[in-house]
Amino acid sequence: MGIQQTFYEAMREHGITRRSFLKFCSLTAAGLGLGPEFAGKIAYALETKPRTPVIWLHGLECTCCSESFIRSGHPLAADVILSMISLDYDDTLMAAAGYQAEEILEQTIAKYDGNFILACEGNPPLNEDGMYCIQGGKPYVEKLRRMASHCKAIIAWGSCASWGCVQAAKPNPTRATPIHKVITDKPVIKVPGCPPIAEVMTGVITYMLTFDRFPELDRQGRPKMFYSQRNHDKCYRRANFDAGQFVERFDDEGARKGYCLYKMGCKGPTTHNACSTVEWNGGLSWPVKSGHGCLGCSEDNFWDRGSFYSAVTDLNVVGQVESRADKIGAVLAGAAVVGVAAHAAASVISHTKDNNKGGDSHD
Amino acid sequence: MNSNVASGPHDPANQKAVYVFEAPVRLWHWLHTFSFLTLAVTGYLIADPLPSPIGIPSDHFLMGNIRLIHFIAAYVFAIGFAVRIYWALVGNRFSREIFYLPFWRADWWKDLFYELGFYLFLIRKQHKTLGHNPLAQTAMFFLNTLMTFFMIGTGFALYGQGLGEGSWADQGFGWIIPLLGGEQATRNWHDMGMWIMLVFVIIHIYMAVRADIIGRESSVSTMIGGWRLFKDDQP
Ligand code: HEM
Ligand code: HEM
Ligand code: SF4
Ligand code: SF4
Repeated sequence: MGIQQTFYEAMREHGITRRSFLKFCSLTAAGLGLGPEFAGKIAYALETKPRTPVIWLHGLECTCCSESFIRSGHPLAADVILSMISLDYDDTLMAAAGYQAEEILEQTIAKYDGNFILACEGNPPLNEDGMYCIQGGKPYVEKLRRMASHCKAIIAWGSCASWGCVQAAKPNPTRATPIHKVITDKPVIKVPGCPPIAEVMTGVITYMLTFDRFPELDRQGRPKMFYSQRNHDKCYRRANFDAGQFVERFDDEGARKGYCLYKMGCKGPTTHNACSTVEWNGGLSWPVKSGHGCLGCSEDNFWDRGSFYSAVTDLNVVGQVESRADKIGAVLAGAAVVGVAAHAAASVISHTKDNNKGGDSHD
Repeated sequence: MNSNVASGPHDPANQKAVYVFEAPVRLWHWLHTFSFLTLAVTGYLIADPLPSPIGIPSDHFLMGNIRLIHFIAAYVFAIGFAVRIYWALVGNRFSREIFYLPFWRADWWKDLFYELGFYLFLIRKQHKTLGHNPLAQTAMFFLNTLMTFFMIGTGFALYGQGLGEGSWADQGFGWIIPLLGGEQATRNWHDMGMWIMLVFVIIHIYMAVRADIIGRESSVSTMIGGWRLFKDDQP
C-alpha cells in the first residue's frame, strides 16, 4: 500500500484490466448524467491522482446499505469500487479482524491524516455514554468521533446515518442520533434511503473520489443529481394520478389496471429519491411497479410519520395519540359548528328575554 | 383617538354612520373569501380524492384540474393578500387592525375582557365598535392573518417541489420544508392549517350575521358598502 499509489494502480493490483477500467469510466460518466467527454476526464483523474482511502464504519444499523452496495446492478462498478475502498477498512467486508482490524484505523490516521473519506453506515446511540453500541470494547461514538476528527469529509449512508431511522423511532431509548448532529465540524453528505439504491451509492462515491469534492447538494445535504426530484415526479403511474384514477383496495379493479397508489398511502409525492427512474436491482423494478406504494424510506422521520397506507399522516405533535390533520380538523370544525349552534340558541333566548324586559340590549 | 369604543357623546363613534372599510379592504375581503373557499374545497379533494373516472387515463384530467384550480386560487389568494398588506400601509387606521394587536394598551385589554363577558352572556350592554372589537381582532390576527402567511408559505413551498429544485418558489419558500420536518410533514401542516382557518370562518360568519341581527351596528353591509351604521345614538 504505497502512499503515492493512484486509484488506477490500486485497481490493477486487484486484477481489473485496463479495458474494464475504461468501461467503468464511461459507465460512471453516464450514471452521473455527465457528458461523454467526462469519461476521459474521469479516467485521467483516476490514473494520476493518489488514491483517497475510504474508511467505512458501522454503527447501529441493519447492514442493508452494504447489502445494497455490493449488489450494484453493474457488477463491474461494484468490483472496481470495492477494489478502491475495501483496501482500507470495512468491518463487514474486510478479511482482517480483531486487533489487526482496529490497527488499520490508527495506521490510516497516521498515514492519511485529514485526507481520507469516512463513510458511515448506521448511527451512534448517545444515551448511557454510548453503551448501546460497543465495538472493540469501546462505545462506537468514540470511534466515530476519533475517525471524524481526522477525516476529510463524511458520507452518511442510508436513512440511519442521515436521519436516525427505525432505531431512532419514538421513544428512541438509546438516543440513536444521525451523523450530522454528532459531527458538526466536518462536511457531511447525506445519501438517504433504507437502503439507498446501489447505483446512487456507487455514483456518489465515484464522483467524490474522482473530482475530490461533493457533488452539488440540496438544502438538506443530499446530492441533487439523485434527490432533487420526488418519486412522484417521474412515476410511470403519474398519468393515472393526474386522471384521478386510484387504487382503493389492493384487490380491486384499479389495482389490476395499475392505477395510482396515492389513496393506498403512496408517499411518492413527498419522497425525494431516484427509485422511479433508476429503479432497483439493476433497473428491474421498484415498489410502485410491483403494486405497492412508496413508504418514503429516504425521508426524515418516515418511521414515525404514521400509516404507510393513508395519504394524510400524523402531525407528530401529541405523542402517541392519533394526530392526523384531517381527523383533528374534522373534530375541531365539528366542535365549532356545535359551539356556534349553542351560542346562537343562547343568543335567541337571552335576546328575547331582554326584549321582554325592555332591557339594555338593542336591535 | 385610540380606542374603538365610543367614549362620550361627541365621539365620532356616536354618529349614525362612519366610513370604516375602504374599497380595497372590501374587495380584498370577498376575494379572500372566495379564494379561500375554493382552496379549501380543492385542497380537501387533494387530500381525499374523488372516485376514479372510468376509461383510459389520457381521457381524463380530474386530479390535474383540481390541482390546477387549487393553484390558480392560490395565486389569487397570495397576490390579493400582498395587495392587502400594501393597503395596510396606505389605508385608513381600520385597514391596519388585522395586522397587529395593541397589547401594550390597557384599554385594549379592558375592552377584550368586556367583549368576552358580552359573548359569554355575562354582560348585557354591548359596546359600539367602529373597526373590529378586540376579541374579533385577536381571532383575525391569529387565525386569519398569521394562518394566511402560513398557508401561503407552506403552499408555495410544496408548489416549489413540483416546479422543481431551484425554481422561484423553491428558492423563495423551499426553506420552510426542512423547518417543518420534511415534505410529508409540510403537507400535513398545510392540511391542518386549512382546518384551523375553517374553524375561524365558521365562527366568523356566525358572528357577522349575529351582529347584523341583534347587534347595535351594521355588520355584513359594512363589509359590502364600507359604512358602519349605528342603530341608536346612545354611547
Ligand atoms: C387557505 C388556503 C389554502 C388551503 C385551505 C389549502 C388546502 C390544501 C389542502 C387541504 C391540501 C391537501 C394536503 C394533503 O394532501 O394533506 C393542499 C395541498 C396543496 N396546496 Fe394548498 N391550500 C391553501 C393554500 C395554498 C397556496 C397559497 C398554495 C400555493 C401554491 C398551495 C399549494 C398547495 C400544493 C402544491 C399542494 C399539494 C398538492 C399536490 O402536489 O398534489 N395551497 N392544500
Ligand atoms: C359569507 C361569508 C362571510 C361573511 C358574511 C363575512 C363577513 C364579514 C364582516 C361583516 C366583516 C367585518 C367585521 C367587523 O365589522 O368587524 C368581516 C371582516 C373580515 N373577514 Fe369576513 N366574512 C365572510 C367570510 C370570510 C372568510 C371566508 C374569511 C377568511 C378566510 C374572512 C376573513 C375576514 C377578515 C380577515 C376580516 C377583517 C377584514 C379587514 O379588516 O381587513 N371572512 N367579514
Ligand atoms: S403511484 Fe405514487 S408515485 Fe406514482 S403517481 Fe401515484 S402517488 Fe405518485
Ligand atoms: S420507493 Fe420509496 S420506500 Fe421504496 S425504496 Fe424508494 S423511497 Fe424507499
